Amino acid sequence: MSSAMIELILQATLDTLYMVGISGVISTLLGLPLGVMLYVTRPRQILAKPLLNHALGIVTNIGRSIPFIILMVAIIPFTRMLVGTSIGINAASVPLTIAAIPFVARLIEGALNELSPGLIEAAQAMGATPWQIITKVLIPEARGGIITGLTITLVTLVSYSAMAGAVGGGGLGDLGIRYGYNRFNPTIMLITVVVLVVMVQGFQSLGDYLVRKTDRK
Amino acid sequence: MIELNNVSKTYGAGHDAVHALKGVNLAIPKGAIHGVIGLSGAGKSTLIRCVNLLERPTQGTVTVDGQEITRLSNTALNQARHRIGMIFQHFNLLTTRNVFDNVALPLELMGQPRRDIRERVSPLLEMVGLSDKADQFPAQLSGGQKQRVAIARALASNPRVLLCDEATSALDPQTTSSILELLRDINHQLGITILLITHEMEVVKSICHRVGLISNGELVEDAEVGDFFTAPRTQLGRDFLNDFLQLSPPKELLERLSDNLDANAHPVVRLTFSGDAVSTPLISRLARDCGVDVSILQAKVESIQERTLGLMIAELLGTSEQTQAAMDYLADHQLQVEVLGYVQRND
Repeated sequence: MSSAMIELILQATLDTLYMVGISGVISTLLGLPLGVMLYVTRPRQILAKPLLNHALGIVTNIGRSIPFIILMVAIIPFTRMLVGTSIGINAASVPLTIAAIPFVARLIEGALNELSPGLIEAAQAMGATPWQIITKVLIPEARGGIITGLTITLVTLVSYSAMAGAVGGGGLGDLGIRYGYNRFNPTIMLITVVVLVVMVQGFQSLGDYLVRKTDRK
Repeated sequence: MIELNNVSKTYGAGHDAVHALKGVNLAIPKGAIHGVIGLSGAGKSTLIRCVNLLERPTQGTVTVDGQEITRLSNTALNQARHRIGMIFQHFNLLTTRNVFDNVALPLELMGQPRRDIRERVSPLLEMVGLSDKADQFPAQLSGGQKQRVAIARALASNPRVLLCDEATSALDPQTTSSILELLRDINHQLGITILLITHEMEVVKSICHRVGLISNGELVEDAEVGDFFTAPRTQLGRDFLNDFLQLSPPKELLERLSDNLDANAHPVVRLTFSGDAVSTPLISRLARDCGVDVSILQAKVESIQERTLGLMIAELLGTSEQTQAAMDYLADHQLQVEVLGYVQRND
């Protein structure tokens, strides 16, 4: 294999990591508060707002139900407005982030749901404000479940980013399609797949390690 | 210190409405240990949660330390809750914080500086006997140790009142008594008023001054512990007591018991005696003065705080005039006499 090929693969790997990294970070920053909102605004919860909860739930479900490939194409005008182009890794990061936000939110909500209601009750009995309950009790106590959720998100983003590559997003998916599929180069295709597998394996191991490290149960 | 005035709590509305509490009145003086006992679903949990407004009463007022809790704004309520500690059946410790940080939590919530927190937490851990466990996590502790951490945490903000929600129900008998001892010490040393709810008579017997009996959302008895154990006024109270004393006639006797009172029948009676009656040799006098023989089937003496309570199930042997005279004699001497039934004479 030529050094040009190796360079291509390296560049594609970095591009994928870039897309997954950007969309992972932004979707966590936005998905975490959304997930917490989904949880605390439920009926009989600490900030019960059933109507708001219902509305947030619907928006989240819409985000979750649109197939990624359709979402990517559908929001092209929005992507152009945001990053000035609809191709390349920056452009691909936009739909990746949009798709991941509701995904993260539901996983965070699920992690919070696993906590014993007694913890909230104890905090309330101590005179904790809702904000204190969220920051000092809910999020720290759910951190294992939250890390697990974020790991799942990263792994999902890796596979979505490969899909984004198919429509000119760049990264390993793009490389696989253009060189491996269109130019009938099975070596490239194989290497692309192997790199993706190693990447997913790496994220999963990192996530498992962090969960183990923070687990006190 | 704690006053509940006509407190009612209803969940739902219309046909589905559940009345968890119905017009409960309760006044607990400063420094008292007050128990509330009842079967599950009777409204105990709702009652104790109405004191710090984890449950807001549908009706009525709650006053703690002179402050009408039910009228406070959210901010003022959170302030008031710093003065009301609470411990739970399942401890509710934060699993991701070590023992020290769990006890420090209420102080952090109050915004106290780290140095003051350290000065406050260490003596609390010493008081509950866990100084050497400060760096451990709840998962590493036994149930009794977890409840000790919870007690230290509840006391961190220097409360006037401690609410105990089935605090010993998840613990074995030995651990239960050590936790109760700790609660008694706290009450004694800090003068803290304790309201506890439980379904265990043992808990009431060993540390409470007064006890309320709750049934179906209503407070049906409210008495000094000594009085409650010697003379419960309701059937439910008697059931609790008999269950606690485990005094009921042997099965083979129960099968022979009948309501038939004829010339050949002997009454089987349950005698409850307390106060002076305990130290009077009543049984031998019965034999001498009434000519009745007494066959003791079961007997038990319990010490309820400073009072002594005796219970006996006995068969009275004699003519029906003699046994009637004997029962009158016992009643005259402040004994409670309950005829369980009659057995036929075998001879």
